[in-house]
Amino acid sequence: MKEIRIHARAGQGAITTAEILGQAYFQENKFAYAFPHFGAARMGAPMNAFVRVDENPIRLRSQVTQPDYLIVADPTLIMRGFDCYSGFKADGIAVINTKEGLDIPQPKGKQKIYLVPANDIAMKTIGRPLGNTVLLGAFSAATKEIKLESLNQSIKERFSGKTADLNIEAAKQGYDYIKSGKT
Amino acid sequence: MKQFIEGSKAVALAVKLARPGVISAYPITPQTHIVEELAQLIADGEMKAEFVNVESEHSAASVVLGSTATGVRSFTATSSQGFLLMIEVLFNIAGMRLPLVMTCANRAISAPLNIWNDQQDSMTARDSGWIQLYAENNQEVVDLHIQAYKIAENKEIMLPVMVCMDGFILTHGAEVVDIPDQTLVDKFLPAFELSDKLDINNPKTLGAFADPDHYTEARYAMQVANDNALKIIPQVADEFKKIFGRVSGGLIEGYRIEDAEQVIVAMGSVVGTIKDVVDELRAEGKKAGVLKIVTYRPFPAEVVYRALKDIPQIAVLEKAVSLGASGPLHIDLKSVLCGREGKISRVSGFVIGLGGRDITKNSIREVFDSLSKEEVSCKFVGLKLG
Repeated sequence: MKEIRIHARAGQGAITTAEILGQAYFQENKFAYAFPHFGAARMGAPMNAFVRVDENPIRLRSQVTQPDYLIVADPTLIMRGFDCYSGFKADGIAVINTKEGLDIPQPKGKQKIYLVPANDIAMKTIGRPLGNTVLLGAFSAATKEIKLESLNQSIKERFSGKTADLNIEAAKQGYDYIKSGKT
Repeated sequence: MKQFIEGSKAVALAVKLARPGVISAYPITPQTHIVEELAQLIADGEMKAEFVNVESEHSAASVVLGSTATGVRSFTATSSQGFLLMIEVLFNIAGMRLPLVMTCANRAISAPLNIWNDQQDSMTARDSGWIQLYAENNQEVVDLHIQAYKIAENKEIMLPVMVCMDGFILTHGAEVVDIPDQTLVDKFLPAFELSDKLDINNPKTLGAFADPDHYTEARYAMQVANDNALKIIPQVADEFKKIFGRVSGGLIEGYRIEDAEQVIVAMGSVVGTIKDVVDELRAEGKKAGVLKIVTYRPFPAEVVYRALKDIPQIAVLEKAVSLGASGPLHIDLKSVLCGREGKISRVSGFVIGLGGRDITKNSIREVFDSLSKEEVSCKFVGLKLG
């Protein structure tokens, strides 16, 4: 079983991100359980979304406290003293949305941290600073958990027409960013 | 067809498959994606039903009371405070013997204000005459909704059915669900025919005055209908299995209880977490098990007794409390097991997961561990004091 924790603020699309990821696993015949945990249940409040995935149906319903993988959609959470690394596994992989001038804490032990300017990439591809699908593309390349193809299929299940095309391009850019070794 | 889908959306698809003619809801938090999705399906022309937006949950329940009384299959969903506002009407729906189906997305009750999951809301309607079914996962949620109409509309029952699903954990949780085919659902669930219905061409009244000479008999008839439901609910589950090839619903489900020495009795999504812990404990050589209550009302006393009579240590774990007494399920279980033959040495009561407090595998282990100690009736697990 693998466990993924997404850090974001309410309204930034973390639930959609978790569901797209879960759907991508489903494309690969795996059983995922994607679910949110709200803090103050208000726009802008820190919140989490989780994905738990296995070869068998997931029965465990508790929150993810020891993630194998982290996706930080909003790095300002870290800047405000929010401990996104809490319980992060010693050999875990994190994909963090970032921009210039942000001071991201260093990884410990075998942990790997990938910094991706996902909002900047999203501005160029989608035209809006919504880096979620960029981060998922980066997640695919960094963790090798899901194929980019499965992610594209999942994006098509969620969005249609031009929105789907733009998000597939955004995911590809995120994927390529990791593969190019820029991070 | 198997889909990766959010629980609330899966319920909307299950309701669509049951072909209701009227859906009513009050569009405010705490509402659910269930009715949002149904409203969308109707607006998009994918579903033929009348969606009635109303000004309160009390009105939502009243609309579906009325529509069911005219012989139209109906549906509503609510949660938490909205559920409480419906309660007066819920008792009437049961008393008028209207076979409505509703979803309760289980959430905590104010005060203090809390939007998260527990099961205190549906527990407040425990004595209403509604049949209450509790789902462990979103596959079961879907299957129970389809079975619910068949149970409610059975002539030997004629009582409303409430399908309870844990708020957020299931309603907002996406997982793989097999959504049944329409042709199979049509085979399983025939069109709704109400023999005594409100009809302008043949005027009648429903829920009329009953003086002391008649009221007791009306309530007794509801008790008899509940007893009938205990026989019919397993038959409906059997028929469901024949048509859909899947075991779902029924009264109870035992997991590794045959030779167990310690068993937790629980309802809803927490059962999944307990199953994982049971497997871990079994791997460590401990004889643990879990008994899931699917049908909470009517309470399946005899099958519960038969399942538990040889288990020395029993814990009841629940997300609700009858303040001043203990957990409602704990009280039910004690009354069923009291004075009966068997190997039961203790039945302890635990309250857990109130207002969305996370239920971890460790907290379940803590319950199993404390079972070998002295009996407790209402222990709050993970209490933070001082």
